[in-house]
Amino acid sequence: MQNDIILLGHGSGGKLSHQLLDELIIPTLSQVAQAEQNDAAVVSGIESNQIAFTTDSYVVDPIIFPGGNIGDLAINGTVNDLAMSGARPLVISVGLILEEGLRLNELGEILRAMKLAADKAQVRIVTGDTKVVPRGKGDKIFINTSGIGVFDHGLRPAGSAARPGDKVLINGSIGDHGMAVLASREGLDLQTDVATDSAPLNGMVAKLLEVHGSAIHVLRDPTRGGVATTLKEIALQSEVDICLAEENLPVADAVAGACAILGLDPLFVANEGKLLTIVDGQEADQILATMRSCEFGADATLIGEVTESSSGRVMMRTAIGGLRSIEMLAGEQLPRIC
Amino acid sequence: MKYSSEYRDPELAKALVAAIHQDVRGYEGRMTLMEVCGTHTMSIYQHGIRSLLPQQVRLISGPGCPVCVTPLTYVDQAVAYARRSRTIVATFGDMIRVPGSTSSLQLEKARGADVRIVYSPLDAVGLAEKHPEKTVVFLGVGFETTAPTIGGSILEAQKRGLKNYFVLCAHKTMPAPMAALTSDPELKVDGYICPAHVSAVIGSDAYRVLAEKYAVPCVVTGFEPVDMLRGIQLLVRQVVAGEARVECEYSRIVKPEGNRAAQAILAQVFEPCDALWRGVGLIPESGLQLRSEYLKFDALQAVPVDVEEPREHKGCLCGEILKGKMTPRSCPLFRKTCTPEHPIGACMVSSEGTCAAEYKYGDC
Ligand code: SF4
Repeated sequence: MQNDIILLGHGSGGKLSHQLLDELIIPTLSQVAQAEQNDAAVVSGIESNQIAFTTDSYVVDPIIFPGGNIGDLAINGTVNDLAMSGARPLVISVGLILEEGLRLNELGEILRAMKLAADKAQVRIVTGDTKVVPRGKGDKIFINTSGIGVFDHGLRPAGSAARPGDKVLINGSIGDHGMAVLASREGLDLQTDVATDSAPLNGMVAKLLEVHGSAIHVLRDPTRGGVATTLKEIALQSEVDICLAEENLPVADAVAGACAILGLDPLFVANEGKLLTIVDGQEADQILATMRSCEFGADATLIGEVTESSSGRVMMRTAIGGLRSIEMLAGEQLPRIC
Repeated sequence: MKYSSEYRDPELAKALVAAIHQDVRGYEGRMTLMEVCGTHTMSIYQHGIRSLLPQQVRLISGPGCPVCVTPLTYVDQAVAYARRSRTIVATFGDMIRVPGSTSSLQLEKARGADVRIVYSPLDAVGLAEKHPEKTVVFLGVGFETTAPTIGGSILEAQKRGLKNYFVLCAHKTMPAPMAALTSDPELKVDGYICPAHVSAVIGSDAYRVLAEKYAVPCVVTGFEPVDMLRGIQLLVRQVVAGEARVECEYSRIVKPEGNRAAQAILAQVFEPCDALWRGVGLIPESGLQLRSEYLKFDALQAVPVDVEEPREHKGCLCGEILKGKMTPRSCPLFRKTCTPEHPIGACMVSSEGTCAAEYKYGDC
């Protein structure tokens, strides 16, 4: 294309719009031939009588950050939302809101990341929409993704299913995504690189449900609000207490250091490739072994347990043996992190 | 989480906890130890230190959060500057959300005022240089830790010949409020956990007057958990033995005489003055004002503004909390109408405020 930035005309529905679709978006994201371009996609492969359906919008700033960009984030986020309900992600829609002036090479990079992420997660991008807003009315690019998943089984892990005696497991270090975005936004020099953990978790979820079935009580991805907020929600929904052990919390040194400087608590920092699961205490060791055998699960570890009391509290046994409670934060700790 | 430093070593910490329990065995009374440093407040909550101490030892928080002790009138003045035309108000982040009598800097900013968050007062000097047509007012709050950098910014503004850089000055100093609280009959402080950063500037000898004149044990300590516990242990031992001395657990950073270079800047630019502490009241010789040769940089002198009579929010117990007489939980507004999102008092705004700490970390 002759112009290297997005123009208002790219959203007009006319010639420029077609050019953008035909030359950049469709060739990058899917293989739909021109003859098949319709107002809605026909989705095959749904035999189950229950489907999972989800939507999420992405407004992260900056749009490209260490380890990823808004594109793979938008795919992985929706894939993971479907996976956490126990469904197998099948198809995804992509809505792009572009700001006049966005560089086409950045858009290209983002679209390619989306395609790669979709292929990796084995989901198809089947429908989409593109709008352009005048300069200053958006911020480079916003993306909405919706997704449909199917249930291949009758398992429905839920936030209300944690039981006393259960164990709390996570598949790796916490706070990486939030700190990676914040560090690149604020230009912080963290000595070592902190990259986003954005990753599709549907493979691991499928394996966990296949091998351990109903021993998997709760599955959640601790995104905005971090591990603390997600666990607090679960404790309230399940009417149980959850106790974490600070010394078992996996936090990368660079993330811990940056959090200390900025006065943040990694427990509240967003993750995009993490899975919290609350499982039958008897089977926790085997489940941990399964997680560790999966991609993105090598560093899986036990971080806490569900205790008898039913007051919906989350507590932390600190490294030095103290006890403190963990509350939900009011407001957003870090804006525009996903 | 891995702990690289010995000051976070869980084994060391547990041994100290056991030793503190041993030290108070047989001690019949209750002792109240007060910390006067926002970073200590956060550390106590974050590591759950209260839950580890024997029942004879009670920790309370004093006026150690610089934003929290800043009087309401000051916030109102800052708001008045923000409303002034062709004026930039530059400030550290925490101040912008502090509610004044009827407005806040955040609200004024949303209404179009030019309020900028800076990370160093030198950035504010840069703003003044870049915008010669505007008046730049920097909000100078904080203890001896921030005052030297603000003094430095005034010297820099003078060097650059700037005529549009002013400081709204409300610096506070230690240990004057500690002495004032010691004389409060309602409050019985048996020992002070002296601030870490402030002491690095003023030196541990600054607390000798407290130990010698008021017979209160003082220990300067760092804010890692092992530091905190060592500091508490030293205080507990003094109280049990009926002694009152100044001890320094944080000698890797704090010298008895402090940081002479920082003290020199303070002495060059500022002189002591009586200061109003929110919650505590007027304390003689507890603040810093600009020396007469630098008064041309004083915002209130050079660019006076009018403010209304300050109106404290009804029901906010910040004042009592800053004196250590109440805890956030005894405030009926805590967690209900007052949250970090909609703070009613300064103690909920500042990341070092006691209400914010209790909100964030709770207490078991
Ligand atoms: S909880 Fe809010 S209203 Fe109550 S004392 Fe603290 S800051 Fe003031």
